[in-house]
Amino acid sequence: MRFEHPATFNPIDQLKVIGHPTNRIEGPLKTTGTAPYAYERHDVVANQAYGYVVGSAIGKGRIGSIDLEAAKAAPGVLAIVTADNAGKLGKGERNAAPLLGGPEIAHYHQAVAVVVAGTFEQARAAAQLIRIDYAKGDGKFDLAAERDNASTPDPKIGGPADTAVGDFAAVFAAAPVQLDATYTTPDQCHAMMEPHASTAAWDGDKLTVWTSNQMIAWGAEDMAKTLGIPKENVRLVSPYIGGGFGGKLFLRADVLLAALGARAAGRPVKVALQRPLMFNNTTHRPATIQRIRIGAERDGRITAIGHESWSGNLSEGEPDMAVSQTRLLYAGANRMTATRLAALDLPEGNAMRAPGEASGMMALEIAIDELADRLGIDPVALRITNDTQVDPEHPERHFSQRQLVQCLSDGAARFGWDRRNPKPGQLRDGRWLLGMGVAAAFRNNLLTKSAARVRLDQLGTVTVETDMTDIGTGSYTIIAQTAAEMMGVPLEKVAVRLGDSDFPVSCGSGGQWGGNNSTAGVYAACTKLRETIAQKLGFNSEQAVFADGTVSSGNRSVPLAHAAGDGDLVAEDAIEYGDLAKTYQQSTFGAHFVEVGVDADTAEIRVRRMLAVCAAGRILNPKAARSQVIGAMTMGVGAALMEDLVVDKRHGLFVNHDLAGYEVPVHADIPHQDMVFLDETDPISSPMKAKGVAELGICGVAAAVANAVHNATGVRVREYPITLDKLLDTLEID
Amino acid sequence: MRSFSYERATSPGAAAAAAAGTANAKFIAGGTNLLDLMKLEIETPAHLIDVNGLALDRIEETAEGGLRIGALVRNTDLAADARVRRDYGVLSRALLAGASGQLRNKATTAGNLLQRTRCPYFYDTNLPCNKRKPGSGCAAIGGFSRQHAVVGASEACIATHPSDMAVAMRALDAVIETVRPDGGTRSIPIADLHRLPGDNPEIETVLQPGELITAVALPKPVGGTQAYRKVRDRASYAFALVSVAAIVQPDGTGRVALGGVAHKPWRIEAAEAELPRGVKAVAARLFADAKSTRDNAYKLPLAERTLAAVLREART
Repeated sequence: MRFEHPATFNPIDQLKVIGHPTNRIEGPLKTTGTAPYAYERHDVVANQAYGYVVGSAIGKGRIGSIDLEAAKAAPGVLAIVTADNAGKLGKGERNAAPLLGGPEIAHYHQAVAVVVAGTFEQARAAAQLIRIDYAKGDGKFDLAAERDNASTPDPKIGGPADTAVGDFAAVFAAAPVQLDATYTTPDQCHAMMEPHASTAAWDGDKLTVWTSNQMIAWGAEDMAKTLGIPKENVRLVSPYIGGGFGGKLFLRADVLLAALGARAAGRPVKVALQRPLMFNNTTHRPATIQRIRIGAERDGRITAIGHESWSGNLSEGEPDMAVSQTRLLYAGANRMTATRLAALDLPEGNAMRAPGEASGMMALEIAIDELADRLGIDPVALRITNDTQVDPEHPERHFSQRQLVQCLSDGAARFGWDRRNPKPGQLRDGRWLLGMGVAAAFRNNLLTKSAARVRLDQLGTVTVETDMTDIGTGSYTIIAQTAAEMMGVPLEKVAVRLGDSDFPVSCGSGGQWGGNNSTAGVYAACTKLRETIAQKLGFNSEQAVFADGTVSSGNRSVPLAHAAGDGDLVAEDAIEYGDLAKTYQQSTFGAHFVEVGVDADTAEIRVRRMLAVCAAGRILNPKAARSQVIGAMTMGVGAALMEDLVVDKRHGLFVNHDLAGYEVPVHADIPHQDMVFLDETDPISSPMKAKGVAELGICGVAAAVANAVHNATGVRVREYPITLDKLLDTLEID
Repeated sequence: MRSFSYERATSPGAAAAAAAGTANAKFIAGGTNLLDLMKLEIETPAHLIDVNGLALDRIEETAEGGLRIGALVRNTDLAADARVRRDYGVLSRALLAGASGQLRNKATTAGNLLQRTRCPYFYDTNLPCNKRKPGSGCAAIGGFSRQHAVVGASEACIATHPSDMAVAMRALDAVIETVRPDGGTRSIPIADLHRLPGDNPEIETVLQPGELITAVALPKPVGGTQAYRKVRDRASYAFALVSVAAIVQPDGTGRVALGGVAHKPWRIEAAEAELPRGVKAVAARLFADAKSTRDNAYKLPLAERTLAAVLREART
């Protein structure tokens, strides 16, 4: 199905199932511990052995020699795979460094060996007997030091490295009110609960890997390429995923090493990346340095806005597109953005929840707050003043929907924004200095092809199969809701099977595109199945009504299941998009409000209240969507106050590579969250009239926290995370 | 993890004798720290002596009017004990500020005292660490040292002791009771239990090989207002950047011990004599020999401010 014109009334608009806050259908499996996760697939293949991964001990250089003798002789060892004996390996399209390193070492904890043994403990003990001599090379690990050596990249996604409209330099220089500030965001880790994990088994030259991966088709393709085998010979299965946040978008070392280990050992092998490897072996959100310049009239109208960003990566890596939102969020006739990329030898930087906007909004939305300060204008009002209903670079392009102003106004009223004192440091509750902060939320809505297969059987059960994944987001549930709505059956009559490369290729989970695109693909397949059923039952498919388990038209009504009386009916289709994304700018919007307390003595920062108001198209399942947003808000608090992969610039690694050292918020950090979706349907987006929401929730949160800290204390911190040591100097003691 | 042999001890004396008589033996109680370190091969004992079965899990009143806390009393139970809550509030508060509920259920009194540093370089066996591998150097010096010691450190090591409980016990003048391999017992004031790193940061306490902690004795209650304040980035489940245990008497005298600043709970009795002259004087004495890094210099003003806050609150 090609989606080329705005959606009109369709079966989804009945909203009998869609739009309801349905509990997640796979919830009981998860709460009873019976959902099969990748490392627990004892059910799928017998005789599994265990792999333990050895990571490089240096950040850059070469392996001189590896001594495997003691490890090979250790109890239970079946095989040891290194680059020396793995055979010729390619590299996935989407990997910046080889997943099995050696002799060249690209980054710290790059895998250099996997030890396979009969038990996990044997594999681990043997791995610790491997002796490797390294020749340490000179690496570049300091983004700030490499800033001036950064080059102009050619980004694969997120727009060109340079954009310019009007005459930014001249108008900025002449602006009566100016802001020119530099902000930094640190490297961040996805730190999801379930590590990368895979169980691999060979059957002749065919490989099956039960894994934990957000993008099945990408993973299968890159696995085939890495191993140099036909894609048809690789099957990935990933029905349940214990969090990903972008960390599982790509083929990673667990998949490759499980497969290589299984080949070498001659039996199935499972590998989970050990927790300390999660931080340096895999990908992370890269650090940025961002310079923002804004020129405004005294009434608050922005006349010039410029955003430059520097990030670093391995030579084959991509830049963080932190400037993306600045091209679209606020009005202003004169604009520029610039993206620069420094060559670094740290592990690969790549997507993490809302790549680009998450980092960019951390800076931009402090800058807007600073501008509001200089102008003496309320930061909510300033944002409203600078709203635009068109793409500022291409005024002929309208936003498909843009309710930023409503989000800000509604949020301000709900939050009690009028109680905020614009003068910092005025409000106290005992030892706590109180402050409120606001930030806009913005994230683009991305459209990508997504396919599904739908089957009706003689019991009237509708089974959906697609390689779409559920990373904890609720994909199972919204897909079931979509099929139930389309086929006119209750939710219990829908079975959803996900995450298998044998199924039709979906959009996968990433870029907050999963919800809208995967359900639109199911919509397409169901539309086809409805036609098949109508035809089979002798109805005109245009007029047939699918409701309450029956198909009817006029006076005639037939149970749906009858259509499959002499065999299952199957339909497969994909949603594909025309030019609507070019004609219109499709984005999602919101406003974040945060109240913090800052301890007047210790400068400890504690969030007290949070509110997000979001406008993101039709909300397919308000309960699941709310969970996504409050989870993202929590992650935003982490970004604001604690998350920081600390670089040791001498040894070239992220030092705090465990969950004791890399802090993420705990329950005590998140006292009260509220969130509201504004009514919105977006017929430009898809037949579902939905958009993404899971990443919108993080965009702007950290800046709202930062702005609240400023309001509480008068201290403006421009280097994340905002920790107490950055406030102490200027926070006056009682 | 290396292979190890294992035995269950039958008595404290037998445990101590077994530990002294077996090469590279370690006691194991709650195991919350030791097992992690064994998995990473930072600790590589050849033999584990499980002391969990020893009857050292009671809290008893002493003839002197204090409390004797068995070495195996779990942190959760100790924090909840009515006598501790009534008479040693600083201890209960410190315990509850530490770790998580699950860990406190497992962690023992003696194990808490003997837990090892959380310096990230200690935990990464690819990097230099004099505490883990004597003579290899200290990667924290010149590296990431935001959590590290600002006083009492050495050129060999700037690690901190991570315990909250021990800081409160230091303020309470607790006494550590041990049994030695020859069956003899001794009492060690907590001030003397932990060593400063000096040239041998791998040696963390004065305990002799095989010596087993059997109890911690608290002197009779000293009264006063007791507070424990733990400062951290995350509201729970994080190690202290700085912590302050304080016992303040109505007449303005008192005791203060600090955590997160040194290789051991940091208390200088002479500093407490300065209490009537104000916090600055106390802090000046506590940190007379302070030496900070760029990353952890904030701990000095933070410690002083936290101390001021605790004392102010204790007096109101």
